Amino acid sequence: MIIANLAFYLFASVTVAAAVMVICARNPVHSVLFLVLAFFNSAGLFVLMGAEFLAMILIVVYVGAVAVLFLFVVMMLDINFVALREGFLQYLPTGGLIGLILLAELVLVIGGWSIEAEIAVPASAPIPAPAELSNTEALGGVLYTRYAYLFQAAGVILLIAMVGSIVLTHRVRPGVRKQRISRQISRTREEAVELKKVSPGEGA
Amino acid sequence: MTGMLEVGLAHYLTVAAILFTLGIFGIFVNRKNVIIILMSIELMLLAVNINLVAFSTQLGDLVGQVFALFVLTVAAAEAAIGLAIIVVYFRNRGSIEVEDINVMKG
Repeated sequence: MIIANLAFYLFASVTVAAAVMVICARNPVHSVLFLVLAFFNSAGLFVLMGAEFLAMILIVVYVGAVAVLFLFVVMMLDINFVALREGFLQYLPTGGLIGLILLAELVLVIGGWSIEAEIAVPASAPIPAPAELSNTEALGGVLYTRYAYLFQAAGVILLIAMVGSIVLTHRVRPGVRKQRISRQISRTREEAVELKKVSPGEGA
Repeated sequence: MTGMLEVGLAHYLTVAAILFTLGIFGIFVNRKNVIIILMSIELMLLAVNINLVAFSTQLGDLVGQVFALFVLTVAAAEAAIGLAIIVVYFRNRGSIEVEDINVMKG
């Protein structure tokens, strides 16, 4: 139990420190790398909470796809990031004030919150004991039955996102030689072959 | 190791609250850099996910984790679309400063 508690404090402190560095790092590439660190450590928090599948998904989807996408965009765009940091100190007081107010409100809400035993409703999808059913199997059992339509909708959302980003970023550049198969096979002999009469000794 | 040091629901909620606040703070402080703003939004969504999973564990209900999965899906789609918009915008204007994005202001 002590080890679990220590692991919580380790993961939590590293996550928060990495989140601070995401905001404050001078170089956006460092920001992305700290974002990766934050996601890794919150995956550790998920494991501590018993949600192994979500922890692995967090690493695969966020670290493997989203963070790399961020890194790719940051490195691809030729941006003067020093100019973008101007005004950091100018916005610091306002941002800090709003952040402090929000944090105080959240802490007050969490501090004064408890579940009354009488109003506690029974779980609609109880978590089975890890010995009899793993977290992944239990999650799949709920996801593919009761939330099958939502699952399909999530797939549609991802498809729309994919189509949308391709439509947004795709551009037709002039002067690029491309193979157009329909154009190739619809050529007739008349437009493809031309016979020239060359008289001997004169050249074409 | 009892009392305050014993890790419970409140600890996870506190971490999530700090992460959410840092996300909002990041949006306010980095008002010029859209990429950092997108990363701050990712941090806020992560905080929401931590909340959902913490309550799921505390209440013994798997539905919270299912919802966290959907939040993850939408967050991934949002990041992809957002970065695509940034790339197109940079291609057209040569800058990603938020203050330059005012063509539709009227």
